[in-house]
Parts: sequence; C-alpha cells; structure tokens
Amino acid sequence: MFDEKTLTDARQGMKKWEAEVTKSSPDLAAKKRLSTISDLLVNPIYTPEDIRNLDFDRDIGYPGFFPFTRGCQATGYRGRVWTFRMFSGLGTAEDTNRRWHQLLKEGETGLSTAFDFPTLMGYDSDSPKARAEVGKCGVAIDTLADFEILTRNIPLDKVTTSMTINPPASVLWAMYLVAAEKQGVGWDRVGGTIQNDMLKEFIAQKTFMCPPEPSIRLISDTIEFGTHHVPRWNTISISGYHIREAGATAVQELAFTLADGIAYVQDVIQRKKLDVDAFAPRLSFFFDSHMDFFEEIAKFRAARRMWARIMRDRFQAKNPRSWWLRFHTQTAGCSLTHQQPYNNIIRTTTEALAAVLGGTQSLHTNSFDEEFALPTEFAATIALRTQQILAEETGVVNTIDPLAGSYYVEALTSRIEEEAWKYINQIDDMGGMLAAIDRGFPQLEIANAAYIFKKQVDNTDKVVVGVNRYVAEEELPLEILKIDERVEAEQVKRLNEVKRSRDRRMVAQALKGLLAACQSDKNVMPCVIEAVRAYATEQEICDIYREVFGEYRDPGFF
Amino acid sequence: MGREKKLRVLVAKPGLDGHDRGARIIARGFRDAGFEVIYTGVHQTPEQIVSAAIQEDVGLIGLSCLSGAHLYLFSEVLRQLKASGAGNIIVIGGGIIPDEDIPKLKKAGIKQVFLPGTPISEIIDWTRKNVPPARRPISSGKKAG
Repeated sequence: MFDEKTLTDARQGMKKWEAEVTKSSPDLAAKKRLSTISDLLVNPIYTPEDIRNLDFDRDIGYPGFFPFTRGCQATGYRGRVWTFRMFSGLGTAEDTNRRWHQLLKEGETGLSTAFDFPTLMGYDSDSPKARAEVGKCGVAIDTLADFEILTRNIPLDKVTTSMTINPPASVLWAMYLVAAEKQGVGWDRVGGTIQNDMLKEFIAQKTFMCPPEPSIRLISDTIEFGTHHVPRWNTISISGYHIREAGATAVQELAFTLADGIAYVQDVIQRKKLDVDAFAPRLSFFFDSHMDFFEEIAKFRAARRMWARIMRDRFQAKNPRSWWLRFHTQTAGCSLTHQQPYNNIIRTTTEALAAVLGGTQSLHTNSFDEEFALPTEFAATIALRTQQILAEETGVVNTIDPLAGSYYVEALTSRIEEEAWKYINQIDDMGGMLAAIDRGFPQLEIANAAYIFKKQVDNTDKVVVGVNRYVAEEELPLEILKIDERVEAEQVKRLNEVKRSRDRRMVAQALKGLLAACQSDKNVMPCVIEAVRAYATEQEICDIYREVFGEYRDPGFF
Repeated sequence: MGREKKLRVLVAKPGLDGHDRGARIIARGFRDAGFEVIYTGVHQTPEQIVSAAIQEDVGLIGLSCLSGAHLYLFSEVLRQLKASGAGNIIVIGGGIIPDEDIPKLKKAGIKQVFLPGTPISEIIDWTRKNVPPARRPISSGKKAG
C-alpha cells in the first residue's frame, strides 16, 4: 500500500521517535506492556510500516464491495442509520406490550424480545421447573394467546422483531407467523430474526434442550422453511455475544462465531441440498461490544472481511449478498458493574460508539441498572437516548467507516483476523465445531480466558473503575424494577383458561403430526405452526422434541 | 488423632439459569486454592444439588443464581438439606441478588452472600475462616499417617 520511500521514511522516523522517548521519558521504556482487553499487545505508536503488507483493494476497498471491510451497504449510515433495537421483556405479555409501546414512542425503530427462563427452556409457566422463574428475566409466553397479547397494536408489517430464543425458536417463530396472519400480514411481508443458534448454547449461553445433532436439524428446518416461505426473515442470528459474555476474548468471540456459521452453512447444504445462495443472504450475526474501544472496531471489520472470504472462497457463493455479514450488536453486559451503577451509562456509551464505528446494522444499548434487575423505564430510555445522541449529534454517521486507513485500526483488524483464522483452522482440524464442542475445546478456551481476566481484575492488572480503583465508601441506594410475585399465578391462571377453551382434539392431532415429522426428516415447521394455531403450549411441543431427540446434560466444564 | 481431609466444595447452579461464568470461576478458584471441588453444571434442581452434596460428602455448597429465582431456590436447597439430615453443610450464595434480599437469605440459613465484583481471595479467605475442614477418623488396625 505504500511505496518504498514512504516505508523507509517511516522506519527512520520511528528510530528518531524512539530515541526521543528514551531520552525524555526513560521510565516509559520500563513501563509494563500494554494490551487490549483480550491481551493483544498494543504498541505506543503505529506507522505505515505496521500495515506495509496491506493492499488497499484486496483488504480495505469500498463499502458495498468485496471484502466489505468498510461495510456491506455502499451507502452506510448515510443510506440508512442502524436500527435502534432495544432488547426488552418482563412479566406478562401485557407488561411487555406496554414497555414495547413506550420504547417505540421514545423512538426505537425495531423490536427485540426477551423471554423468561421457562420460555427460553421450553417449559410452561405451571411446570415445577418454572417455579419462581416466571416473568423474572423476560416475558412469559406459554401459548399463541400470550403472543397475541404481546403483539397487540404492533403493526407487524411495519416493524421488524428479533426474538432471543433458541431451543424453542421454531415454536415462537410459528407464534409470530400466526399472530401476523391474524393481523392480516402475510408471511411474505413479515420481517424479523430468531436467534436460533444452538452451537453457542453448548459453548456459552447454556439454554439447551436436545443434543447438538438434532438441535442442528431443527435449525436447518427453520432455515429451509424461511428460504421458501418467509423471505424477509433472518432465520438465524449466529452469535458471538454470549460467547464473549461467558469470558471469551475478542479473537475467540470472532473465531467461534464464524466457525459456528461454517457449521450451519455446511449442514443446510448437506441436509437440505439447498444452493448456498438460496439461504446465505438471510444468515445474520450478533456480536458483543466490549470496553476496549479500538479492539472492538477492528473485530467488527475483521468479521466482515473474514466471512466474505469464507462465503466466496470456501462455499463458492456467487451472489454478493451471500458474502455480506450483517450484524446486530449489544453493548457488553459483563462490563457493567454492581458498584456505582451510574458509571455504566458511560460504559454503554463508549461501547455503543465502537459498534457504530464498526458499522453495526442494529444496536441494543444496556441500561445502567441491569447488574441489579431488568431495566426500569427510566434507565431503558437513557440507553435508547444514547443511541439517538450518537446518531444525531456526534457526526459519526456522516462518513462511512471513518477509521479506515488508520495505521492502528488497520493493523489491529489484520491482527485479529490472523489470530481468528488460527482458531478456525484448529477447529477444522478437529473435524468442525460439533466435534470441537464434543471435546470441550471452545468451552475450556473460554473458561481459561474468563479465569485469567478475573485474576487480572483481582490483582488490579486490569482496572475496573468503582470495583478495584476509585471505590466508593458507600454505595448510593438505587430504585430497581421488581417483578410482581403475582405474575406467576396470573400466568398459570391464563394458561389453564387457554387449555380449557381450546379444541383438545385439534391439539392432539397436531402434536401427533409433529411427532411423526420429528421421527422422519420431514420439515417440522408446518406441524409446529398447526400445533401453535390450535393453542398447543410451548412445553407440549418441546416435550415432543425432548421425547424424540433426548435431553442434553451440561458436562460441567470449568 | 485424625488425619485432616481437604474440604470438599460443591459449586451448584440451581434452576433454569444458565449464566455460569461466575460459578465456573469460583470453582476454579477453590480448586487452585487447594480444595476439592465438584461443579454440578447448570440446570440443577434443589433435589439434585442436595443429593450431590450428600453423595460427595461436601462441607460447603456454593449456589449461584442470576435469574431472580434465588429466594425460592436457595431456601428450597436449605430446606431439603435439613430434611435429609445434612443441615450442617454450610451454604453460601452469589449471583444477581438485590441488597434487600440478602437479609432474607441469611435468615433462611445462607451463611454469606457474595456479590458481583468480589475478589476470589475474599471468598477463599472467608471459607478458611468459617468452614471447618472435615476430619477423617482413624480406622481400626491401621497405622496413622
């Protein structure tokens, strides 16, 4: 990218600079090594020398053009600002519908659903396993009846919705499709995302139900169904967020996410015999945005470049849209502190800015009180305003990929890419992600990274303001959101009413059909939709999955 | 004179909550500090935890819950421990626990609650101070040591 004279000048300049530093600040030389949060070494200064091997067209280029380092869409945020998509859900469907209307009124531009643990795990609100968990971490959804309340007065043809749901993704998606139908919105118009990424569950998030192989089958069923019937839907959100939250480094987050993506693409091609270009444009991704500002920006750029190369060169995709890595970002929950929680507003802001400078398509910003509870309306509004202020007041949306060409950012992008390829190659050598998960490889890499980081914080090698430096003598009281204990009883009451008033024979018939589909290689979605229409409960459907496919038990790697 | 046994610790995740980063770190911390650690993995019922604790003959149980179900789950573990005659096993807890719930948990029998940000060494030090290592009695006909 640079001619020989520029590089020679840079080298000579570097020597002059180093001599000056040694002369004026001799202890700087003795200073401990500085690193990103993921322990990648950071030099005090970067020059053309550091990116001498980069080729502008091959490695950086233009937004909208391979390898998309600078963005998938040619017009970037000048064409369309990222979606303000706040992850939310609490209590009953009414509670959540109310919060959704409030957030839409305050200017969010996309919906994102947080479900409670029983719903995430495929249990109804009256299951013994659901005791004390109903509505606590998100909204309780047992049947289509709840879902109809959840989406009341939300125009499903005008707003897109993401749903963070994994083992029961097929069920919640079916509910969404039927709820939309009842609004008069056809499947060809409805838009959104289901997370539906089981590999990262085994690696990190741990909401799992059935073992890996059948879990992948269900995912390929949904991808196939979406390809044929729901063209505007992203049937998977291949996620790094949870991998990062479990303690992974930025490199591990990137590598394991892309390796998961490779496994999914391979499975759909093999199992469904679909052409890669038929479904790849609807794959989407989900990353974390953590506290090391430049490391995160570099990670997002490396992600786009790597996936483009994987799709075009490894999978021979021909449609440029198959090469796009489109992603949602959430600011890092694990960076929030319990101590001095208002500080979290600043953390979320810098993390959000990194995601924006990294070109995210969609963004959730955490609320400052989320170390304590689900966010209050007040806290969630501040989080939303953070995005709006970045978009409207800072000017960062005025130019596309503003940090391109920065010696540091380009060097870091390349470095992260290089390290991530090492992991992907290692996983390939093991036989792919399923094999790697089976032997505990990503789980233990993450456990190691999490432990190292904890020790660094405990030793104050890594400073966390308010926790190991600038500690408050007394913490200010904080008003947090409390989920009413009546939610569980109300939800169980409604569930019983639905069970009483539905057509029992239709439910039984639908479940029988689903059982047969699971036992064959027929796509399960039509049967799930039929069951959902008949007001079968989420657990009734998931119990069939458990019956046919078995249950996965956490091997407990630590 | 009895030979001192290493304290055996059970780190457990009750309920449906799968957030195990803290539990896994604490488990390692105990292991590195020289204790014998059993980690249950996620999605354990109180029954399973109590059964494991008794089977593994632990002196300390650490419960982790980030889903808000701690009041019910932790007290259920305590209740079942008592009912099984293992009420002398010390139980500590951590996770996402509002300040106002800590006195309730302690009243129920949770010996100490460790909140996010607590250094590993603080938990280890507390354990050494508050949890007696088990003593193994000498078996007849065998030399000690």
